[in-house]
Formats: sequence, structure tokens, C-alpha cells
Amino acid sequence: MEKVIYPLFYFLIFPGFLFTGIVGLLASWVDRKVTARVQWRVGPPWYQPLADILKLLGKETIVPAGPRATFFLLAPVLGLVGVTLVSTVVWVLNLNPGSSFVGDLVVVLYLLALPPLAVIIGGAASKNPLGALGAAREMKLVLGYELPFLIAVFTVVVKVGSILFGDILNFQEFNGIMLRHPSGILAFVVAIVCSQAKLTLIPFDIPEAEQEIMSGPYVEYSGAPLAIFKLTRAMMLFALPVFLITVFWGGLHFSGWNLLWTILKYVALLVVIVVVRNTNPRLRIDQAIRFLWGPVTAVAILGMILAVVGL
Amino acid sequence: MSYTVPIGPYHPLLEEPEFFTLKVEGERVVDMDIRIGYNHRGIERLAQTKTWEQDTFLIERVCGICSTSHPIAYVNAVEDLLELEIPERAKYIRSIVGELERLHSHLLWVGLAGHFIGYNTVFMWAWKYREPILDVFERITGNRNHYAMMKIGGVRRDILKEDIPDFLAAMDELARQNEMLTKAVIDDPVLHARLKGVGVLSKKDAIEYAVLGPTARGSGYDIDVRRDSPYAAYDLVDWNVIVFPEGDVFAKAAVRLLENAESIKIIQQCLRCLQELPEGDFSVPVDQIPPGEGIGHGEAPRGEVFHYVRSDGSNYPIRHKIRAPTFQNLPSFKASCIGETVADVALITASIDPCYCCTERMIAVDADNGKKLLDGQDLIRLCQEKTERMRKRIKVST
Repeated sequence: MEKVIYPLFYFLIFPGFLFTGIVGLLASWVDRKVTARVQWRVGPPWYQPLADILKLLGKETIVPAGPRATFFLLAPVLGLVGVTLVSTVVWVLNLNPGSSFVGDLVVVLYLLALPPLAVIIGGAASKNPLGALGAAREMKLVLGYELPFLIAVFTVVVKVGSILFGDILNFQEFNGIMLRHPSGILAFVVAIVCSQAKLTLIPFDIPEAEQEIMSGPYVEYSGAPLAIFKLTRAMMLFALPVFLITVFWGGLHFSGWNLLWTILKYVALLVVIVVVRNTNPRLRIDQAIRFLWGPVTAVAILGMILAVVGL
Repeated sequence: MSYTVPIGPYHPLLEEPEFFTLKVEGERVVDMDIRIGYNHRGIERLAQTKTWEQDTFLIERVCGICSTSHPIAYVNAVEDLLELEIPERAKYIRSIVGELERLHSHLLWVGLAGHFIGYNTVFMWAWKYREPILDVFERITGNRNHYAMMKIGGVRRDILKEDIPDFLAAMDELARQNEMLTKAVIDDPVLHARLKGVGVLSKKDAIEYAVLGPTARGSGYDIDVRRDSPYAAYDLVDWNVIVFPEGDVFAKAAVRLLENAESIKIIQQCLRCLQELPEGDFSVPVDQIPPGEGIGHGEAPRGEVFHYVRSDGSNYPIRHKIRAPTFQNLPSFKASCIGETVADVALITASIDPCYCCTERMIAVDADNGKKLLDGQDLIRLCQEKTERMRKRIKVST
């Protein structure tokens, strides 16, 4: 019985769906509020993201006519499941590093690719030229950021000498966080740039550029599926920084002052993301790819070389 | 694989209804077509049914943003017909209102351009800096938009001497903010990557398509009605025409931002001149419009506005012809957009600062032999019939 109830609790309540969802929505409120203040606006009240989701859930779901309705409707769920699993696995391992299983880091990296994949499937299945264009852009963007992102994460793996989350956390516990090493710093910077692209925030919000292709893959979505997409994005805003903290910044700790320190770490990453998104224009897709495969990948490789020689 | 991407008639990119059809291969635009006519209001015809004085206010409604350029061109046309010289004070006030309009229009464009490339911070900041200009407008004219300042023979309100120091202070503040904004745009490397070399309109194309205003000046085509055929007080003050040779979107943005600084300079000089002149002498009475014709133009924020009027000596003009700058600038898309990506085309179309409501006009021709299908009278008849039908449908008695 325990074998069923605990995983279910982890997945649905804490630290999975409910917890990640609530914190993610709060984070997206912080994002919106700070953005508004930077832009001399007032900004929404704290419950606005939740209210948006609830309102969308009550709206009619319109499915474009055609044979791909299944994919159209399943795509958002796929993304939601992906981000929930990422959050669950990363948190459970942080709470109990001993429960690490073989290849957990690789599993999480694969799961992190699910939300963008969902956007691609949804956009392509929406049978709208703008949706198709958005899906194509998302695909190019994924190709762009996955390479430097993987190199950055595997820099840590080389440094630690293990592919288990538990080992990475223990290594940082005893030898200091990854950010103490030059290779760790380079990899962290690369990972932050790639997260901005993974979250499709400016300057990488090319797939849904509302002024060019009217929100691209989401253009045909309405009602509950759109709510799920929005929720997925909000949850990614929480899950992805937590992943970065776990891999590069010593993980999450909850005893005494460490709790405050953990929250500060997350807020710092969120601030970086929000500031970057408010002080840049959108890149063009070819410029984004050139940037991600050029300087960003070069820095990632440099970090990897440093890790190999032991810095 | 080529397919069609529609932009419009209703689209987040567009403030007004118009319709671009982009033929796209991958991300590249191979052909495009433009359809206007969603916003046609028959202003030229309406002008013939109103008196000369009323027309000043009707013409103001041609456009919400250049809402003083059209009246200036119109009163210039009528004064050309009358061969009338207006008081010096009125000239300065016309220039001040015209330049304030250029300032608010260019700042509005900078904001929108920022929005189009996803830089919403610039959008909000530019519009915030635009707000004090509207406050100045309200104090001078009583309105934030549609100023109702122009009048045949002068202006309708005076600028009071006790207000001038406040306006000068507002201009100093604006000059500082504009300089900051200009630096932020001109020095930003990401903006360079996004705007430089995009949508290049060569000087040759600019001349061939006969583009106007900042669109021409951004392509190295040095024209400005304010200098070339001075009206109001533009020959009485010291200022420069800004010209950039590159022809890309960046050059057009730079032209507009630096023009703002010139506008502020003009306004400051005009305000100082007003301090010297006696108050109250800002209009001469006009009793009658004799038969004849007149042309007038003005440099609107988007380029030259041209008005032609003809009188038979009655209370009404018998012909009023308007040519707005966007009408000239629109076809240049054929030269600047083909071969660019969808992401850039959105920006290039915005870079001429299109204003469609003043551009609207229509003609029905047979595409095969080019024969005109409907003339002016037919269109009026169609229009009246449609109004009748709609009245019946919503049960309004005539």
C-alpha cells in the first residue's frame, strides 16, 4: 500500500503538482508584478495568475476541425506531466539524497524536454499557419539551446564523477558548491542563458512572438488546454531554477537559516530571469541559434575543458 | 513549401484595420500584397458639404495622431487661395503646436517599435515620456488630442506669457529624457543586431517610390517641407534636417529620435520669440473666400501632407483633395520587405510609421482591362443604399 500512496502523494500534492503549481503561479505573479513596476505600471494583484487559470478552466474548449484532435488535446497534458515529474524527482532527491536512482539526472533532462515538445506537437496539430510557424520556431530553438545546456550540465557530471543527483548533492555538501569552481561558474552562466530559452522568455520568446505570429503554437488553444499550457509555463518558472540550484548551487536545505538561504537562491535566479526579460528586445530565430551555438556553446565547452583539467 | 501568412485585417501588430498577405517560404517572405480600404470614411466628399470654417475641424479628424498637420496644410491651402499673410504670433504658435505633435507622434512610434520587437520596457517608457507633452497640449489648446487650434487667418487661442516658463521647463525635462532614450536605443548592441541592415530601402528606391518624411530621410533622401517650402515660423528659427544614409530600420528610428531633439529646439526658440511679441495679435478676420484654388502643405510626423482646395465663391469648397504621407510610403514595402523574414517584415511595415486612416481611398477597376467600374457618383449611391439597408435592419426611421 505504501508503495502506491507515497509516490501518488509526491506526484499530486507535495512536491509535485499542487505545490509546484501554487509556487509557480506565485512566481509568475512576481514576474508580472516586477515587470509592471519596471514599466511604470501598477501590475496585477497576487492571485491574478490563479484567477486567469480558473477563468480559462471555465471557458469553452474549441478544437479546430480535423483528424488530429487527440494530439491537439493531449499535447498540453504531456507538457504538464513532464514539468510535474521534473519537480517531483528533483525535490524528492533534495529532501532525501539517498533515494537517488541510476541515471536520475538523465531522466530529468529528458523530462525537461517534454514541455517544449508539447508546444511543438500542439502547434503543429492546431492546423494553423501561425501555429505551424510557431512550432517550427520552437523546434529550432530547442535544437539551439539543448546542446549548450547538456554540455553545461555534464560539466558538473565530469567534475563530480557521477551521474547521480545524490552524488552531485553530496559532492557539493563536502567539497563546496559548484560555483566555487571556475568550470562551475561558466557552466552555470550557460545554463541560465539556456533556461531563458527553455522558458521561452524574451529575448528568446520567438516561438510565440505575439506581434509577429500572434502567440504562435497557442493561437488555436482556448479554455482548459490553454489553462494547462499557462500552468505548465508557470510551473517551469519554478521547476527549472530549482533544478539549476540543485545541480550548481548546493541544492535545497530547510533547517533553520538554510530555509531563508534556499528561498533567496531561488529569488535571485528569478530576479535574473525577470531583469533579462525586461531589458532586451526579442531576437530573430536565426540570430538566437547563432548566439546559442556560437558564443554560448563556446563558453560551455571552455567550462567542460576546465572541468576535465580539474579546475 | 510556400504558404500564406495573413497579417490583418485585425492583428495585434496593427493599430488600424488593414490587410497584408505574406507569401512565405519557411521564414522568408517571397511576395506580399497590401489591401487597404477597411477604414474609408469619405472625408473629401464630406468636406464639400461643410463650410470653410467647419472644414478645419472635419480635416482634424482625418487622423488622430497627425491631428494638427492636416489642419495646418488645409489653412495653408485656403490662405494660399486668399493670398493672406497671417500675424507673426500666429506663425510661432502654429509651429509650436506642429512640433509638439511631431514629438508626441515620434515618441508614440518609438514605443510601438519597441513593442513590435518585444521590448515592452521601451514601449512603456516612451509612452510615459509622451504624457507631459499631452499635458502641455491641454494647457495650450484645452485638449490632449484634436487640438482645434488652426483657423483660416491665424490660430484660435493665444499662448499666454505667464505660461511660457512652465512650457520651457517641460521642454528642458523632455530634452533630458529624449536624450536618455536616444542613447538607450542607439547604443544597445541587441537592438543593433535586430535593426541594422533590416529592410533596407536604397536612396534610388526611395526616390522611385517617392517616399516622404522620416522614411525618405532615413534612406539619405534629403527632403523636408519645413525647409524646402517654409510655412508657419520654420524659416524664422534655427534647426537642422536629420538625414541618415543607411535606409534600414535603425536609420529610420535614429532619424525620428534625433528629430525629437530638433523639435524641442524649435519649440524653445518659438516660445522665447513669443515672450518678445505683444499678446493678443494671433488672428486676422476672414470674411469671404473668393473663387480660385489653393494648395497647401505641411510636414506631418510621417512626411508631407498635401491639401488642394477649390472655391467658386460660395460657403463651401467645391473640391478638397488630400494626400497623406502613408499613401506614398506604403508601396515601398515591395522594395524593402521581399526577401526578409516574417519577424523582420512585421518590423519593416511598422518602420514607416504607417497611418492607414488617412491613406484610405478606393477605386473599383476591372483587373483584366483596367477599366474603371464605378465612378464617384456610383460609390456615393452604393454608400447611401447601404445606409438605407442598415437603417431598415436596425429599424431607425430616416
